[in-house]
Amino acid sequence: MKRLSLVCLVIALYALHQDVWLWRAARPFVFGFLPVGLFYHVCYTLAVALVMWLLVRLAWPAHLEETSPDEGEGSAS
Amino acid sequence: LIPSLFVFAYLAVVLYIGIFAFRRSTHRNEAEDFFLAGRSLGVFVFLLSLFGTNMTAFAILGSSGHAFANGIVTYGLMASSSALVVPLSLFLIGTRMWALGKRHGFMTPVQMFRDRWECGHIGTVIFAVQAALLVPYIIIGVMGGGATLRAISGGRIPYWLGGALVALVVMSYVFFGGMRGTAWVNAFQTILFLCFGAVALGVIGAGMGGFAKAVEELSASPATASLLTRERVSPLYFFSYTFIPLSSINFPHIIIFCLTARRMQHFRKTVVLYPVCMLAIWLPAVSLGVVANRAVEVPAIQAKLEARRTLSTPSAALTPEQRSELRAKAAGDDVLVRLLEHYAPLWLAGLLGAGIMAAVMASDSQILALSTMFTEDVFAFYEGKARFGEAAQVHTGRAFVVALTVIAYFIALRSPQSIFDLAVQYAFSGYAALMPLLVGALFWRRSTKWGALACALWAAAAVIAVAVFQAAVPAPAPGAEVGWGTLFGQHVVSRTPGGTAVLGFLPVVPMTLVSALLMVVVSLLTRGPSEAAVGRYFTRRAAVEASHQ
Repeated sequence: MKRLSLVCLVIALYALHQDVWLWRAARPFVFGFLPVGLFYHVCYTLAVALVMWLLVRLAWPAHLEETSPDEGEGSAS
Repeated sequence: LIPSLFVFAYLAVVLYIGIFAFRRSTHRNEAEDFFLAGRSLGVFVFLLSLFGTNMTAFAILGSSGHAFANGIVTYGLMASSSALVVPLSLFLIGTRMWALGKRHGFMTPVQMFRDRWECGHIGTVIFAVQAALLVPYIIIGVMGGGATLRAISGGRIPYWLGGALVALVVMSYVFFGGMRGTAWVNAFQTILFLCFGAVALGVIGAGMGGFAKAVEELSASPATASLLTRERVSPLYFFSYTFIPLSSINFPHIIIFCLTARRMQHFRKTVVLYPVCMLAIWLPAVSLGVVANRAVEVPAIQAKLEARRTLSTPSAALTPEQRSELRAKAAGDDVLVRLLEHYAPLWLAGLLGAGIMAAVMASDSQILALSTMFTEDVFAFYEGKARFGEAAQVHTGRAFVVALTVIAYFIALRSPQSIFDLAVQYAFSGYAALMPLLVGALFWRRSTKWGALACALWAAAAVIAVAVFQAAVPAPAPGAEVGWGTLFGQHVVSRTPGGTAVLGFLPVVPMTLVSALLMVVVSLLTRGPSEAAVGRYFTRRAAVEASHQ
């Protein structure tokens, strides 16, 4: 269920990228200089960061790490 | 002269970083150390360097040039779509490649494909397609270095010398530092151009009397009001662009870079912070490109605006040659440099010029990736490693770096940039069309080597077909379109001022969908790899879960 919810969330985010309802709108200018279409995509980018945070919190493929050989070797670069 | 001094100081610093990385390396003759930094990169170097590797010259110079001509749509087309697709592909594919690299010792994607599908020469075909799509990038990098150094020095440093200097510096730190040097330089460059965006925005905005004033003026003029909306592109074109970032994880330098992290945990911060970094770089670059349309007091920008006006005058009878000459004059790739020259004090212009150089010099990781692929997928695979040993493999990699840089430099001196601009434009589509290779190998048990071969050949053939089509049919005037056939109210194929469209979509959409279809159909029609090979990739999770019960 959790996995399905996350998949739906990502699909919804992909769909929200196509904001055709703001296609011809320039105003209002948010903060006096950001056209509303650009402001939408700035907010969209921040929303993506939030969804990515959710993905790594809730759906991290930990099984891939567990099957790897010892990771403690090698110096930090 | 002052800006040039800053740029030279910058070049000296990145050269030093490369040599420092060489001295820091304790296993200089080991392939994994040279090509993958011993799979030991820490979390912040990994994040900054991966991001820097993905940000080519286009991120700063090309994006502001695109925004100069097309307006705010540039951000939605290229930045916010990448902000979703790139971290998602790192999360789904990058982590899996990292784990497979650790487990089986892979250093290139072709090594994984060969193992997964039990194939040899088909892997070589995939290598050839990937390499052919990557080479134009390296040439463009050398050209960008020469052109930028010439622009920053006010013409005192000629193109040939600027290109040679940049190529020499890049070659040196890749040669000595390998992946470690390249990663450190990329991390340093990313910090530089993250700072660059904010400072340039502030300085130029203040010089122009504030962004609010510039935006109001753009909105008031009928010629520029549409730059503040997305009217200049169609929704189908906009949608098509969400396919372009699929190319990112398929670029050899990106997927190889995924193998350098010390721990898989390092992907976590990268996945979350990638969209924020995109915002920090692209918002200033796009905003500056748009408001440059009001910088009429800058003579070079005024000349561009005049060329654009002539191009869009319906009554102007222009030959194709005049049209392409005007198009070159109107191109906005240097608007940022022009804005800085005019509005920033000399010392700051120099500092910001170094930031621009950082973006232009992104070809380092591509040179190293090609060298890694050549030594691993060709030299080692065809028994060079077994016959001559690992040290010879590393020496071959270094020799390849030198040979590739020298060849790229001489091609850059003799060929017009427009050819390579076009090649790079369609390299993105080509790499996006290779996506079913990684998805098939990692997520679909039934995928076969023949399906993979069909994908690779299709991607190569489609890129060539689009390039030939665009060379044969000249670009029409802005706003016009030459089309053939009609389906669903759209031309089946059309030549647009900016390129090619298929049913209104960019070629990347049919290229990727047909590639996926070929992978499915050809795989289902052919015999898959052995159970043992499939088992290495698909039974681990079950085994791990069982062991925990």
